[in-house]
Amino acid sequence: MKFTSEEILETVGMIAEDKLDIRTVTLGLSLLDCADPEPAACARKVREKILNRGARLSSTADAVANEYGLPIINKRISLTPLSLVVPSADPAAFVKVAQSVDAAAAELGVNFIGGYTAMIQKGETAIDRALIGAMPEVLSTTWRFCGSVVLASTRAGINMDGCHTMSRVIQETAERTAGQDGIGCAKLVLFANPVEDNPFMAGAFFGSGEEESSILVGVSGPGAVRRALENLGPDADLGRVAEAVKKAAFKITRAGELIGREVARRLGIGFGILDLSLAPTPAEGDSVGQILETMGLAMPGAPGSTAALMMLNDAVKKGGLFASSSVGGLSGAFIPVSEDASMIRAARAGAITIEKLEAMTSVCSVGLDMIAIPGATSTETLAAIIADEMAIGCANHKTTAVRIIPAPGKNVGDSVHFGGLLGEAPVMAVSKVSSATFIRRGGRIPAPLQSLNN
Amino acid sequence: MDKETRHIIVTVIGRDEVGIVARIATTMAEANLNIIDINQTILGGEIFAMTLLADRAGSKLSMPEITSRLQESVAEMSLKVTVQDSEVFQYMHRV
Repeated sequence: MKFTSEEILETVGMIAEDKLDIRTVTLGLSLLDCADPEPAACARKVREKILNRGARLSSTADAVANEYGLPIINKRISLTPLSLVVPSADPAAFVKVAQSVDAAAAELGVNFIGGYTAMIQKGETAIDRALIGAMPEVLSTTWRFCGSVVLASTRAGINMDGCHTMSRVIQETAERTAGQDGIGCAKLVLFANPVEDNPFMAGAFFGSGEEESSILVGVSGPGAVRRALENLGPDADLGRVAEAVKKAAFKITRAGELIGREVARRLGIGFGILDLSLAPTPAEGDSVGQILETMGLAMPGAPGSTAALMMLNDAVKKGGLFASSSVGGLSGAFIPVSEDASMIRAARAGAITIEKLEAMTSVCSVGLDMIAIPGATSTETLAAIIADEMAIGCANHKTTAVRIIPAPGKNVGDSVHFGGLLGEAPVMAVSKVSSATFIRRGGRIPAPLQSLNN
Repeated sequence: MDKETRHIIVTVIGRDEVGIVARIATTMAEANLNIIDINQTILGGEIFAMTLLADRAGSKLSMPEITSRLQESVAEMSLKVTVQDSEVFQYMHRV
């Protein structure tokens, strides 16, 4: 036969038992031609374009998934940052357009749509201010529209006023969605050095350098990687572990490329990129933390976690890059707390802290992700946590992100429950040492040196 | 779809019983699915595993229809039938 039984059964097992899947087929869509200073007209143009271009996304993805026997979990859309589409300094204009986007996504059966986005790493325009001003209302009155704000880049440095502003936005959003443990914050990502072709939510937006539309595919498969390591046994040295991760990543990437190209072909639009990211879900076994456990750490967060994660992240990229010439997006390992059964256990046991997570984010994509902290955390402390994470991205020429939930009325020992893919998380302790004077200085931390990197 | 090759891989896994191959083969013949290659083994002394390469160019059935017919043909047995376009394996296992 063209393939051996072992090869076929390995693939079937990866899908059936190890939950290998195409995590998302995301349609990247430019809205640059929808700009209109009249909010109602802008909302109408945006809505029509999304409905028109996205009409066949779900049915096409489902048909391809059926034929190839590879599940496609989510169908999503990422849009041009809305700050480039709504030329208005009035927050009400952004609310109007955002509600129109949300309704269009609902009509298409798309569970998340990204692009309520502003880029303020160097400073804000009046339009950015309006978008950000409307953010708590948008995130608390829409279900599907995800937001992101770029606060830092290696070339611009860190907008510290922006960190402080976004800290307030997060707190207000949490308050407005207090009935659901602050779920509005789960749809908001703050970035340093974001990629413009990310297919994963909540941080996806379709950058201004992208084409009219393209298919962006996010493949996952932490279970398949873990299985490969389990098959290796506990005595294999770490060189062999890295090799096994690379091989698994290669296969996963190839599966994603096949699906992405086929969906793009049937929709008659270009295939953009494939993002191979080990993205966990709360389902048992679909966990990045468990890969670290299989490597030999009792729990994620144990000393050695940063080293193990560096190796995992790097090996995933190496395997993926060999498998496809279209690798893009974030491509690495995600370590969201609430979305990973093993991370949730580690956080409950106190094995992992925000400080250790921060260290781990310096060697993986993406950042402090889906972390619940006490609702009473001060605005300045939250801004300082954001700034620290931005600094890691800024200094290391990489993407970092913060998606954090100050759980209203909750404290360490309590839990937040979002349900579905967003999962649940224990409220983690935050340092009580004040950063207030530092944060109140405001201004911008200058761009870091790009030479003399020792 | 306007592809030249229409090769599919059928995988049947589960508890071993008499007559599995016969039922699957009969159902495939009725659906005009041409079997090109077939491998069958017993994993760990008890789990039946069959992998089968077939051409569906002559069949009018869609992939979900093929899957459900094959699954129905062994309905009362403890077996799981999977049907996939063979390109998946080409992509994943060949450089």
